[in-house]
Amino acid sequence: MDGSGPVIPNFGRGDSCVTSDRTFCWGWVHDHWGDTLGPALWQHVELTAIAVVIGFAIAFPLALLAHRFRRLEQPFGAISALVYTVPSLALFQLLIPITGLTLTTVEIALVGYTLVMLFPNIVAGLRSASDDVIEAARGMGLTRAQILVRIELPLAVPAIIAGLRIAVVSTVAIATIAGINVTSKGLGYPIFTALRDPTPFKTEIYSAGLLAVALAISADLLLVALRRAVVPWTRAAR
Amino acid sequence: MPEAAEIVFDHVTKKYAGRDAAAVDDLSLEIPAGTFCVLVGPSGGGKTTALKMVNRLIPFDSGEIRIDGRNIEALPLTELRRGIGYVIQQIGLFPHMTIGENIATVPRLLGWDKQRQRARAVELLELVGLDASDAKRYPSQLSGGQRQRVGLARALAADPPLLLMDEPFGALDPITRHRLQTELRRLHRDVGKTIIFVTHDIDEAIQMGDRIAILREGGVLAQYDTPDAILAEPADDFVAKFIGEDRALRRLALRTVGEVPLEVPGTAFAAPDHWVASETTVRNAVSLMLELNADSLAVKDGDRFVGTFNLRDVSTLL
Repeated sequence: MDGSGPVIPNFGRGDSCVTSDRTFCWGWVHDHWGDTLGPALWQHVELTAIAVVIGFAIAFPLALLAHRFRRLEQPFGAISALVYTVPSLALFQLLIPITGLTLTTVEIALVGYTLVMLFPNIVAGLRSASDDVIEAARGMGLTRAQILVRIELPLAVPAIIAGLRIAVVSTVAIATIAGINVTSKGLGYPIFTALRDPTPFKTEIYSAGLLAVALAISADLLLVALRRAVVPWTRAAR
Repeated sequence: MPEAAEIVFDHVTKKYAGRDAAAVDDLSLEIPAGTFCVLVGPSGGGKTTALKMVNRLIPFDSGEIRIDGRNIEALPLTELRRGIGYVIQQIGLFPHMTIGENIATVPRLLGWDKQRQRARAVELLELVGLDASDAKRYPSQLSGGQRQRVGLARALAADPPLLLMDEPFGALDPITRHRLQTELRRLHRDVGKTIIFVTHDIDEAIQMGDRIAILREGGVLAQYDTPDAILAEPADDFVAKFIGEDRALRRLALRTVGEVPLEVPGTAFAAPDHWVASETTVRNAVSLMLELNADSLAVKDGDRFVGTFNLRDVSTLL
């Protein structure tokens, strides 16, 4: 390595593409999948999955309560929307004094953001059963619990999956920011380490960024497939 | 479960909060078991309110409703409703369930086994004129008329002794509506349930009902009788106006020429176009005579000449 090329931190071996920092070097991606990109991708899946699962576990019972007691919908909705209005960088900074530079800080923020996407969608889904469907169900002697379990919940599935799609895609994006300023986990971290250099190494930024996009798209497609599998009635056309 | 139930409204009154006029005002009505009873009247007459009181979708303020002598308020709510077939204009099929699952709703609530549920669904699909293979389809794949047939099948699923029908054919096109009206009459003859049927259409009421209850604004019962008796003797001006000035012709539509006394000479000397079948309504026979400028028509039952129907005898039928 001569002294004229960019300094590539921590990545000893470099071919000419790497040393002259061309736009995208497949060789680098190949060499560092095992020690950098692969683990970052897996950590990113974990960050996202934990946030969406916990977010859903909170949003779902709140939505059931709001469905049953309509007065609660507005306060719940307002609180979840309020969290969303705080910029993610600022929210991380707010939490660091309390929970430190930890995974907990990241997940608290990520979970907070999923609520605003999940809660209103679940509530809307539970209300998507039309009045005549509910009247017919009552008239036939279904109890309130049976109407919820047999009618309202199945009919809410398309809206719930729509909410999950938005939540997953945006959590993938926001988790990247978490990797930049809070934790060393996820696809944000390689981007952060590259950016920290006076002459940022392009391939590292692009490969991590593209992986985040690919992850978001794959997760979205999985949810679309799930919807097709569990909601057969909307596909049935005349 | 009995085949049909007797329903009694005993001085039932309902007032909605914030309104002065009652929705249903001191309604007393006895509907014998097996009767096809039509509640008819202008909007604001409380007919739908009265109907929905029977399965307690709408609570009432005073009075009592009894099914086969039992006060409906003394029965557990779900038990009451599972024993009453309920059909509404908007049908309310469950969009996420197949037709078969929709029909089996109440049997499933009653804990029938799967095989019995399926067998019953197929039986009912055939009863309402659909195909057994339709059981696997979803409501969105059916036409409006087919959906209402499913709605009817679903209401009949657990063989309830009483059917409540709230303007069931109101959203259908005239041809489909007429076909379903005819089939519901046939079905009523075959299954012998008590039916309470709400409509705002007096023609439908006259065609469908064994008995008609006419409710006027404020939920007051104006008249309760057979269609023929109401057309012959409307109780007051309101009823007379509601049933229309052509009530004499409407009465003639209730009877066929086969049911009225005919003049019976040995042979018929009638031109080929002066013959009518015995199941022709008197109204249509009169219309034909006016059109042909004829005084009489020959009536045949199948190929057999049964008598002569004379225009001059029509007024004796009224």
